[in-house]
Amino acid sequence: MENIQTKSNNATQFIVVKFDREQYGINIQHVQNIVRMMRITRVPNAPDDIKGVVNLRGEIVPVMSVRKKFGLDNDEYTNSTRIIIVKVEGSAIGFVVDEVLEVIEIEETHIEKIVSDSSDENSKYVYAVGKVDDELVTLLNIEALIGVDE
Amino acid sequence: MDVSQYLEMFIEESKEHLQSLNVTLLEMENTPDNKEYINQIFRVAHTLKGMAATMGFKKMTKLTHDMENVLSEIRNGEIAVSAELLDVLFQCLDALESYIDLIVNTASEGDEDNKPIIDRLDAILESKGKGSKATKDTKVVVKQVETPVIGDLKTERKHLMLPFNDYEKNAIIKSKEEGYITYGITIVIAETCVLKSARAFIIFRTFERLGQIIKSYPSVQDIEDEKFESDFSVFIISKDAEATFMKELGSISEVEEILIDEMNVEGEVKDFVNKEDIKEEINSDIQKVQDEKTKAKQQVIKPKANRTVRVDIERLDNLMNLVSELIIVKNGLETVENNNQNMNEQIEYLERITTNLHDAVMKVRMVPIERVFNRFPRLIRDLSRKLNKNMELHMSGEETELDRTVIDEIGDPLVHLIRNSGDHGLETPKERQKSNKPEMGKVYLDAYQDGNNVVIEVRDDGRGIDIQGVKKKALNKGTITKNQADAMTDKDIIDLLFRPSFSTVDKISDVSGRGVGLDVVKTKIEALGGDIEVKTELGKGSTFIIRLPLTLAIIQALMVNIADEKYAIPLNTIQNIEDVKIADIKYIQNQEVINLRGHVIPIVHLDGMLGVIKEEEDKESITVVIVNKGDKKAGFIVDGLIGQQEIVIKTLGKFLINSRLIAGATILGDGEVALILDVNSLV
Repeated sequence: MENIQTKSNNATQFIVVKFDREQYGINIQHVQNIVRMMRITRVPNAPDDIKGVVNLRGEIVPVMSVRKKFGLDNDEYTNSTRIIIVKVEGSAIGFVVDEVLEVIEIEETHIEKIVSDSSDENSKYVYAVGKVDDELVTLLNIEALIGVDE
Repeated sequence: MDVSQYLEMFIEESKEHLQSLNVTLLEMENTPDNKEYINQIFRVAHTLKGMAATMGFKKMTKLTHDMENVLSEIRNGEIAVSAELLDVLFQCLDALESYIDLIVNTASEGDEDNKPIIDRLDAILESKGKGSKATKDTKVVVKQVETPVIGDLKTERKHLMLPFNDYEKNAIIKSKEEGYITYGITIVIAETCVLKSARAFIIFRTFERLGQIIKSYPSVQDIEDEKFESDFSVFIISKDAEATFMKELGSISEVEEILIDEMNVEGEVKDFVNKEDIKEEINSDIQKVQDEKTKAKQQVIKPKANRTVRVDIERLDNLMNLVSELIIVKNGLETVENNNQNMNEQIEYLERITTNLHDAVMKVRMVPIERVFNRFPRLIRDLSRKLNKNMELHMSGEETELDRTVIDEIGDPLVHLIRNSGDHGLETPKERQKSNKPEMGKVYLDAYQDGNNVVIEVRDDGRGIDIQGVKKKALNKGTITKNQADAMTDKDIIDLLFRPSFSTVDKISDVSGRGVGLDVVKTKIEALGGDIEVKTELGKGSTFIIRLPLTLAIIQALMVNIADEKYAIPLNTIQNIEDVKIADIKYIQNQEVINLRGHVIPIVHLDGMLGVIKEEEDKESITVVIVNKGDKKAGFIVDGLIGQQEIVIKTLGKFLINSRLIAGATILGDGEVALILDVNSLV
């Protein structure tokens, strides 16, 4: 992963995923793996946004629905649905996304931090907006999403 | 010379030598004239000296050197073996053990030079056994050093002497502005307390409920590691009144003394800086850095020293053989043609190998329980002296093997139970005479394998538990109500002893004879996946039975369907499986029950508990899995039985740590994840 990083000193790579119509970026440093949708085992009494657990090559990994977290409609599994496995503080967790689009590189100068708006519950899951060419990508705050910074 | 790579070897071997020293000393006490024992002890001391010198542990070398001098005089017949001499030797053993412990944790032997012991050894050497007076004198001196310290502790408000750093001062000032009060508290724990750190943990939990701890002395880490005498001090910010603290802390057992003061720090301190303060600050900073260094060192070294397991070479050979067979199967599978017959053969072969491999790997992790049991003869000896009771220990089944992780944890609870038996269970010699019992009290420690469990029994022939006494006490303390008391069976009452709230002060133990810190024992055993029960007969004695799982990683389980979800129920909790007619389900106090051969068993609807969505269906009968939790039974309604399977337990990870009802997960043959039901929380 490090040699990818060295391509450009001031640029960070993001994986662009899609929910609904919007595009979101996830810092590639967090991402361990992207897998196709697989059977998720429901866990009783788990938080609402945890869909359950999957078997990732012998490791039990919880899977979270970002749509649920954002208050969107339920996930609809299609052929392009993927689970993005990220690792934070040594523990893996998966996110269900509608589609994985591409990997992009955003220059430091093109990343605009946004101040989280306390009235909007969802805004704390987002930490910046990145500009690539003419498009805008919302960059996700993974730590906030899985609640380790709370 | 860099000797760090030999550290593990040193620790492992020293432990073995100390163990044999312990055993020999105990035997020597019984037959003091046997020269063979002296020779053996001499050899051990000599070896230890050599090893310690090689590793550069000077204080340990000095101590063993002096031991060796004394022992060599005994060997030459210049000094006679006396009780005092044995005492000193036992003290040496203790000192050496604490050196080794320190080395395990910090890779250094520490600062304790055990001067009193060395002085006693020297005195013995000088007097050459003729004037035992000389040794007595030193003994008195040693005692004098000790007693005032203990005396001081009881009256000292230690917290008043502890300095604050600027950060802490600011915190106190700030919180005062916000209406909080800062208390300095010194807690003295009873000296008889066995699991001091566990007791301290319970006290800390109480503190955390009442307020915020800003500082403790010794540090929390040290307290957890039991690196404190019998007292510790904390500073806590809280809104509660002093009386609340006294009440809450007073209800914890084995707390001997609580000293509490409101702390005030002058507001201007934070701006007022003089040289003295700077000096102190720098010093404390240096101290911090050093502390962190040693801590870091501990973290690096500690696991290193703990992780090694000595494995029988035979077991490793067996493992190697199995792996080579595995390779043969792999090759066989590669060349197998599309021939079902051949394929099945290979798969059966593979199955056999994996089962054996599992057994072999498990065996590598297994350690004989002897390792834990070995220290108990000494414990009984010391207890017997301290309590002035005659007692002897009978052990059996030392060769029983348990998983290494369990072995490491089971020691403390057992020490506790044995002390309990000796202290409260066994009567004084006079009492024993009165009740026509032999003066020598007996404590039995038996270990044996029972199916998938290992059972350890701690038994004594003492006075037994006075159930009525316990009941009365529980009533007086308000732990139970009169109605409850009447409905309780003897077993229920004994279970009261394991309740954390059932604190037992000395007076209670006069009545009940039991109960000091049993809650801690129970918690620890349950954390290991085991359970504990008590059998007792008044006047005849009591037995504490501990059941522990052989291994923690792989279990036999029954796979069941609940609607279309699959769950695993650990087989060791299952009693039997019944088909029950819907018509046979009765209601008692709004609770569905079935009457199974005279036993009334409550029914648990797993689908409801687990939130499974299920279509209503009309069935004539249902399948009920009867499970045990201790003596309690419950019937789980399941929709289908899949079968028995060996499953590997995996954790759900830290994001789902709070999932009650679920003990873990496992991966099925088809790669699907199935959850393991936590029977304890469902019954």
